[in-house]
Parts: sequence; C-alpha cells; structure tokens
Amino acid sequence: MDYFLSEEQVMIRDLARQIAEEKIVPVRAELDETGEFPWDIMKVLAQSDLFGLFIPEEYGGLGKGCLELSIAVEELSRACLGVSTTFAANALGTYPLLLFGTDEQKKKYLPDIAAGKRLVAFGLTEANAGSDAGGTQTTARLEGNEYIINGTKQWITNGGEAEVYTIIAITDRSKGPRGASAFVVEKGTPGFTFGKKENKMGIRASATTELIFDNCRIPRDNIIGKEGMGFVVAMKTLDSSRTGVGAQGVGVAQGAFEEAVKFAKQRVQFGHPVITFQAVQHMLADMATSIEASRALVYAVARFIDSGAKDVSKESAMSKLFATDVAMKVTTDAVQVMGGSGYMKEYPVEKMMRDAKILQIYEGTNQIQRNVIGQALIKEFTKKK
Amino acid sequence: MKIIVCIKQVPDTAEVRINPETNTLIRDGVPSIINPYDMHAIEAGLHIKEKAGGNVTVITMGPPQAETALREAISMGVDSAVLLTDRAFAGSDTWATAYTLAKAIEYLGADIILCGKQAIDGDTAQVGPEIAEFLDIPHISYIRKIDEIKDNKIVVQRLMDDGYDVIESSFPVLLTVVKELNVPRLPSIKGKMAAKKAVIQKMNAADIKADENCLGLKGSPTQVRNIFAPEVKKDRIMLEGTTEEKVTALVNELMRLKCL
Ligand SMILES: Cc1cc2nc3c(=O)[nH]c(=O)nc-3n(C[C@H](O)[C@H](O)[C@H](O)COP(=O)(O)OP(=O)(O)OC[C@H]3O[C@@H](n4cnc5c(N)ncnc54)[C@H](O)[C@@H]3O)c2cc1C
Ligand SMILES: Cc1cc2nc3c(=O)[nH]c(=O)nc-3n(C[C@H](O)[C@H](O)[C@H](O)COP(=O)(O)OP(=O)(O)OC[C@H]3O[C@@H](n4cnc5c(N)ncnc54)[C@H](O)[C@@H]3O)c2cc1C
Repeated sequence: MDYFLSEEQVMIRDLARQIAEEKIVPVRAELDETGEFPWDIMKVLAQSDLFGLFIPEEYGGLGKGCLELSIAVEELSRACLGVSTTFAANALGTYPLLLFGTDEQKKKYLPDIAAGKRLVAFGLTEANAGSDAGGTQTTARLEGNEYIINGTKQWITNGGEAEVYTIIAITDRSKGPRGASAFVVEKGTPGFTFGKKENKMGIRASATTELIFDNCRIPRDNIIGKEGMGFVVAMKTLDSSRTGVGAQGVGVAQGAFEEAVKFAKQRVQFGHPVITFQAVQHMLADMATSIEASRALVYAVARFIDSGAKDVSKESAMSKLFATDVAMKVTTDAVQVMGGSGYMKEYPVEKMMRDAKILQIYEGTNQIQRNVIGQALIKEFTKKK
Repeated sequence: MKIIVCIKQVPDTAEVRINPETNTLIRDGVPSIINPYDMHAIEAGLHIKEKAGGNVTVITMGPPQAETALREAISMGVDSAVLLTDRAFAGSDTWATAYTLAKAIEYLGADIILCGKQAIDGDTAQVGPEIAEFLDIPHISYIRKIDEIKDNKIVVQRLMDDGYDVIESSFPVLLTVVKELNVPRLPSIKGKMAAKKAVIQKMNAADIKADENCLGLKGSPTQVRNIFAPEVKKDRIMLEGTTEEKVTALVNELMRLKCL
C-alpha cells in the first residue's frame, strides 16, 4: 500500500533495503549459528548514515524522526531481527541523552553516535527488576564530585560491544519511584565490567550481557536530567522507542510472509501448487491483512510522535503490542504454510519465528503494554466524566 | 591529491547482444549500471582520499543519460562529476575514447587517474592504458592492493597470472583496478541527497580543446570485422633445473614443435 512517504523517506527505505538484501541476507544464517556480533554490518550502516537518522543535524545527524527510524528498522528486520535489534537498541540507549541530556552531553556523545563510531546500550532491567522497574537495586551515591555506582544490570542488549551506556540507578531509596536517576557511563570506566554473554533462543547476532558496577566512579556531570528523574527518563525513552519494536514486528512478519508465498507457489502436492488450496490462501490472506494493519498503525503512531505530541504512552504501547503479536502469529503461520520445510534451517522462517518471540517480551512485555493502555483508558474516561 | 575516476555506463548484463549486420552492441531496452570494475575504481578513489586527503572527480564520456551513473557515484561520496557529451564523440572506438578522456583529464588536471580493469560490454581493457599513453604518464594495470600512499609516491600490487608484482610510481599515474582490490561501499543517505542536488559539469569537444579529426567515428581507426572471445592458452610449460638442464629441455621442446 502507498503510505505517501516523502522522496527522502523512500530514499531511506530503499537504502536500508539494499543493505538488508546485499549485506545481511547472505550472512544471517551464519550469524544465527555462531552468535557473532555483526560488526561488519554495523560498519556499513555507519557509512550509510543510518545511525544518524534520528539525531538532530546540529549534532551531526540527519534530523529525521521516529517515522524514518521505523522505516529503516522495518527494512533491516525483514532480513534479520538480530541485526535490527542491535541497531534499534542503539537508538533506545541514545534517547535518554537526546530527550534529557544537557547541551554539553549532547555535544560530547551525539556526533559519534550519529557517525556510528560509538554504539550505545540502555540498562534498566535487573534480576529483581523486570516488568517492575521499582525493584531496581543498583545504587548511585554522590561523593564530592562523583557518583559511585554499585549493582548489576542483566540482559542488556549491546552489552560489552557498546561504548556508551545509559543506565538507571537509585540515588535516594527513601523517595520510592522518585528516588531513581539516569546516568551515562562509558565503557572502560574502572569498576564497570561485563558479565556472561547470554545464549539465546533467537536474535542470536544481538549481544545480551550483564553490566556489573563495583564501586564504579563517574563524574557528577554524567547524570542525565535531574536527580530523581530516573523513571521519567526511562518511561519517556520507552515511549519513543517502542514504535521501533513495532517496526521490527512489521519487518520480520513481512520477511516471513514473502518466504511463505514464494514457497506456496512452488510446492506441488495433490498435483497443484499448495497456494491453490483455499486453506493456504486464507492463511496468506490473513497474514497479509494483519501485516498491513500493523504497518499502518506503526507509521501512524510514528507520525503522531514526530508531530511533537506530549503524551504518547498509550499509542506507542498499542503499536508495539499489535505489531509484535502480529509478528509472532505471522512467523508461526509462515512455518505452517511451508510445512516441514518451514521447520528446517535451510529456510529462514524457523529463525524468524524464534527471533519474533523476543518482540513480545523486551521493552516491556505485551502484558505490560496492555496495562499501559488500560491505565491510559481509565485516565481518559475519568477525565471525560 | 587530485583523483579522477573514469567510469563507463554499461548495460546491466554480461550477455551483451550484438547486431550481426553492424557488429555493434545493441543497447536498447537493457537497464544501465556503472561498469562493475569501475565501482571498485570509485571505492579506491574514496579510499585514497580518506588516506591522503584531496578530492575525487568522476568522469564519463557518453550520452546525456550517462548522468545517472555520475549521480550514483556522487551518492557513494565522490566530490564532483563531469559528463563528456557531444555528438562528435559518437561512434568512438577505444583509441578515440581514450583520446577524448585524456584531453578532458589534461584540462582538469589529476595526480591519480583510476580506471576499471575493463568494461563488461566492450571488454577490451584498452582504454585505461591508452589514456596514460596519450597523457604520456606511467600506468599500472590490474591493481589488487594499495600498499602505501605518500605525498610523492604510491606502492601497489599488480595481479599477475602467477602471483603479483610490487610496483612503486611517482605522480601523476594511471591505475586500472581488479575486483580483488576492495569492496565498493553502498551509497549513504547524505550522499544520495547530495546526488539529487548536484550540478553535473558538462563538457563538449570545444571545452576540452580536442582535435575534431580524432573524435568519434571519424577519429576511430578500428574496423570491427568479427567479434569472438580469444582462446585462453593454458599449455605453458615451466622449465625447472640447472641452466644446462633447462637449455637442453628447451631445445628438445623446440625440436618437438619443429621450430628447430
Ligand atoms: C534478549 C533480551 C534483550 C533485552 N534487552 C534489554 C535492554 O537492552 N535493556 C534493558 O533494560 N532490558 C532488556 N531486556 C529486559 C526486558 O525488557 C525484560 O525481560 C522485560 O521487561 C520483562 O521482564 P522479565 O523478563 O523480568 O519478566 P517478568 O517481569 O518476570 O515477567 C514474567 C511474566 O509475568 C508477566 N507480568 C509481570 N508483571 C505483570 C503485571 N503487572 N501484569 C501482567 N503481567 C505481568 C509478564 O508479562 C511475563 O509474562 C532484555 C531482555 C531480553 C530477553
Ligand atoms: C566490438 C566493439 C563494439 C562496439 N560497439 C559500440 C556501440 O555499438 N556503440 C558505442 O557507443 N560504442 C561501441 N564500442 C565502443 C566501446 O564500447 C567503448 O566506447 C570504448 O571504446 C571503451 O572500450 P571498452 O568498453 O573495451 O572499455 P575498456 O577499455 O575495457 O574499459 C577500461 C576502463 O576504461 C574506462 N572507460 C572506458 N570507456 C569509458 C567511457 N566512455 N567513459 C569513461 N571511462 C571509460 C573505464 O574506467 C573502464 O573500466 C564498441 C567497441 C568494440 C570493441
């Protein structure tokens, strides 16, 4: 369908697609097998300016928004979610600086991030703080002109590979949710190390590790926003980035769908290509329809965010929820359409199905997205009375 | 460092059809691309610029449509583009093509000139070395690696059938490149935006002060009689041993071939 993209947006889509087809598709199975971090592809993305998409021009970026980022993420995801997760998590980690950073912080970090010279990660989750960020135990204590950080973050995408980490830590436990703050920590800071690299079901090219802080001292100026704003920073960050996870869903679903159609046209049983059977056609019809619906929603929410709307929690949660549930369903059905072949590693859909599952879990599980939408509804309907 | 890359727009297929009556290439209906070897030449130009500074200009001789090839090169990051276009250029053989390109390069000035090894349609691999001869400068063909680049010299590896040569040259120099040299980069978004806006400098025969008698069909000495792929002879023998043994073996071989 025509989404009336601008000439520049089409240019971005075409370039991301070219990179996906020429540089990612040929190596995705191997990356999945080895779990090797896709540095070569990151270099290509950097050279193509894609890391700078959503960063303002004054900091060396292209000054585009959520829609352009979503378009690029969608195209990369069509080829490989492991690679696109690496790229999207970089944006996730950058948003705290972009949304709440001081001019100095932006000048210090954003140009390198835009150029793809330094990769970023976002560290919120801990062993006892998953869906419930309130369980955060990592602390940051002010001593003179330094914060001393102690604690362990887990399952952090781009951990170990990124140079810059934006993290949430408790600065004043007595203040409850208002006692958390956001910080930027650079790789190599004494007292900051990485734990084991996780062995995952899918998105295996993406690195997921622990961040271990043991009396890690950082300059006082590394706080992002003010003390006590940690959870605000985290929530606003997720509001901005969730649509990107939705875009990942659109992309992986599209990729799996295309494989399924191609296969169904070629595979002959009972003397006919299986696509001629109505049961198969209906599955493909549902897949195509739900992909188009999630793309329409993701693009609409991205445009809404880019319009400067203030409260986008509900809409961004909707785009993530819908598009990633669709992705799980479509990738599963793609395997079904392809039968036993779909289950084999010779074809990419088994990987897509394994990869898709993460989209319903990270950046807030889809249960949590429903909670966010539900709470927004209660607020809306209370106001209306 | 002033770098000029010569690129040719070619039909997007290795299977070029040939009109049997005129013995010329049939180009209608085939989408055009930058000659694949020239993509490696562009990458080499950008690489040299990144290493040694300077600027990269792409140049092509062709019809007005060849502008697309130049814009594509700009999207990869080259600084400027020149289109040599003039009715008088039509029908050029390799001699006239090289003459015309050489006149333009003489006019523009360059320290390093890069060409592809050959064009995938014409396939002669003559244009690069011929340009160097017209300019009376050294050339090194089949570059597979750039070892060193300094203010006053370049050291490169030339691919040979049985290994490679290491060659050093002063500037200006013309290099023709093979695929082993590098992986051409994809365009960038900033490059694509620049390509859209870029002004392509157009030059005709008068601009480059070319001798009309050397241009186009009129200036082309080649008469195409027949086109065929030359047979590759793989029956070479390397003689081993002491000098005496080798001479004996050589004499025996020449006698066997009835040359002696
Ligand atoms: C591969 C991977 C990469 C990740 N990358 C990052 C990263 O870069 N940065 C980062 O900070 N985190 C990251 N995470 C963490 C991720 O965001 C969390 O896993 C996620 O938020 C869920 O937390 P949890 O796994 O602890 O699940 P839990 O919170 O333990 O949830 C378990 C189950 O209970 C449900 N549940 C919990 N609370 C409620 C509730 N109130 N209502 C209804 N259902 C509920 C959940 O939906 C889920 O089904 C990553 C995780 C993975 C697996
Ligand atoms: C058998 C035959 C049939 C031909 N038929 C036609 C025809 O039908 N129509 C027609 O227009 N011409 C025709 N030509 C001319 C020919 O295609 C070229 O114009 C020219 O002579 C280049 O030769 P080549 O393709 O072998 O290039 P090569 O010598 O193989 O090219 C080497 C390198 O020189 C550079 N180069 C070559 N050409 C150009 C250029 N134009 N601009 C910039 N750089 C360049 C590139 O870097 C290229 O990689 C024919 C030539 C031959 C031999």
